[in-house]
Amino acid sequence: MLTNNTREKFIKAFFWLAGLIIVTILFIIIAYIAIKGVSAISLDFIFEAPRRAGKEGGIWTTIVSTVYLTLVSLIIAVPLGVGSAIHLEEYAPRRSWFANLVNLTAETLAGIPSIVFGLFGFVFFVIFLQMGWSIISGSLTMAIMILPTITRTAQEAILAVPAEYRENSLALGASKWQTISRVVLPSAVPGIITGIILSIGRAVGETAALILTAGSSLGMPEGLLDPARTMSVHLYILAMEGISMDRAFGTAFLIIGLIVIINYLANLSLRRMSYVNRQI
Amino acid sequence: MSQLKLKSENIKVFYKDFQALYDVNMDIEENRVTALIGPSGCGKSTFLRTINRLNELIEGTRTEGQIYLDERPIYEKDRDVVELRKKVGMVFQKPSVFPMSIYENVAYGPRIHGIKDRNRLSEIVERSLKAANLWNEISDRLNSPAARLSGGQQQRLVIARVLAVEPEVILMDEPASALDPISTSRLEDLIAELKKNYTIVIVTHNMQQAARISDYTGFFLNGQLVEFSCTDELFVNPRDKRTEDYITGRFG
Ligand SMILES: Nc1ncnc2c1ncn2[C@@H]1O[C@H](COP(=O)(O)OP(=O)(O)O)[C@@H](O)[C@H]1O
Ligand SMILES: [Mg+2]
Repeated sequence: MLTNNTREKFIKAFFWLAGLIIVTILFIIIAYIAIKGVSAISLDFIFEAPRRAGKEGGIWTTIVSTVYLTLVSLIIAVPLGVGSAIHLEEYAPRRSWFANLVNLTAETLAGIPSIVFGLFGFVFFVIFLQMGWSIISGSLTMAIMILPTITRTAQEAILAVPAEYRENSLALGASKWQTISRVVLPSAVPGIITGIILSIGRAVGETAALILTAGSSLGMPEGLLDPARTMSVHLYILAMEGISMDRAFGTAFLIIGLIVIINYLANLSLRRMSYVNRQI
Repeated sequence: MSQLKLKSENIKVFYKDFQALYDVNMDIEENRVTALIGPSGCGKSTFLRTINRLNELIEGTRTEGQIYLDERPIYEKDRDVVELRKKVGMVFQKPSVFPMSIYENVAYGPRIHGIKDRNRLSEIVERSLKAANLWNEISDRLNSPAARLSGGQQQRLVIARVLAVEPEVILMDEPASALDPISTSRLEDLIAELKKNYTIVIVTHNMQQAARISDYTGFFLNGQLVEFSCTDELFVNPRDKRTEDYITGRFG
């Protein structure tokens, strides 16, 4: 028989091992991409427009397209998602039919594969609303896709704000909206930003749904109605059509770089905005 | 005899089907400290929260009867709750500072009531912190997070936040229950000073505290106001057998 103590040690070792395996896998992937990708990367690769379907030149237009499309998606989804979270947590009576419906919808939307959204976006935005393959079609589709994440995380963040804050604010004569906008939301910002980071990851990584809605044009998008190819779509096409594996890895490496930069910036703003919260 | 500030007339409160208060009648005088005592769950907080209409935030709550503030009924269809809560401030059991700086906490009330001028805000913040006996301790770090203050300081900050709105009545719900003895005695000193300018209604389950700081005391039991009189009289010469049992520690 094992003594309690040794058993504890084994269990502890197991969890440690699990952690180690994850770190190793991540490290290998990133190292592999870095080694394969770094040879393709140069300032020209980053800042030049692609030529000959991406065989030559850089990937600048796809970087711009990625940022553009992600930003527009967020501009659409964040107010809607945070707004419905505020409705659900602050205004809707508990268990009202509408609150239940919104909750159920958000849950269902979260479970639908992205290609289904892509198909819907293609039929509805691209064809029916005649927006064509464009930034706006892609962004609207992405916005629907990330809406559940944003709503859910915002809901949780709002729910986590202590009830005493609300009571104290109202007792000082604040209106409900003053209480929400000046006390509840600022306290919930860190949680809301977590949802936004997750969503950015999803938008930057999406391919299939975007090929169907934003197209795969390599030109520089100049307006919302221009088609665009994001970095992930570019990577997919480079690899799939055998254009250049080196350049696919170079693009992959830059995608990781972009995500790291975005997360860093988000964390920075998080720290700024919540410096007081975290003292508690 | 001082002026009548608040008058409660046959106040009944229901949480859904449960009746928490039975016909409470009470006259509260201006610039006096009125203490509410009684075992927990007997309706003290509920009564306090009828005075600033905070109970109506809880779904399914119903209040009957009337409370007059300066002879004006507060349970009236078109009574402005914001204006009422400006006049009737509240300090809760657990000091709950907002996750902002000390300055922003105190400026919160004046800001929501429309004061934007920086100089005026600073003036109000300073005056309120001084009145709450906190200024000397923190005047050099107004911009640091309020959450870093000690429990006793946080409770005084909450009081400063209430004072900044310039209320006439201050409700306190067991404000010392989370404080250490030194902070508690500072709070009691503060209450004695505040009563010069404010009418104070304080819930406490500490009878010595009620005896020390209050002019009038009400004893609640099972949703009823059993006895209400001068503090000295209530503790020395209780009229009701139940009051006597409670203050002599035979139950509760
Ligand atoms: N939100 C609520 N919903 C239902 N019942 C409540 C609520 N708040 C208080 N009560 C009940 O009302 C009674 C009085 O509570 P309270 O006023 O908090 O008493 P006290 O402050 O004297 O301890 C208690 O029986 C309590 O359980
Ligand atoms: Mg209570």
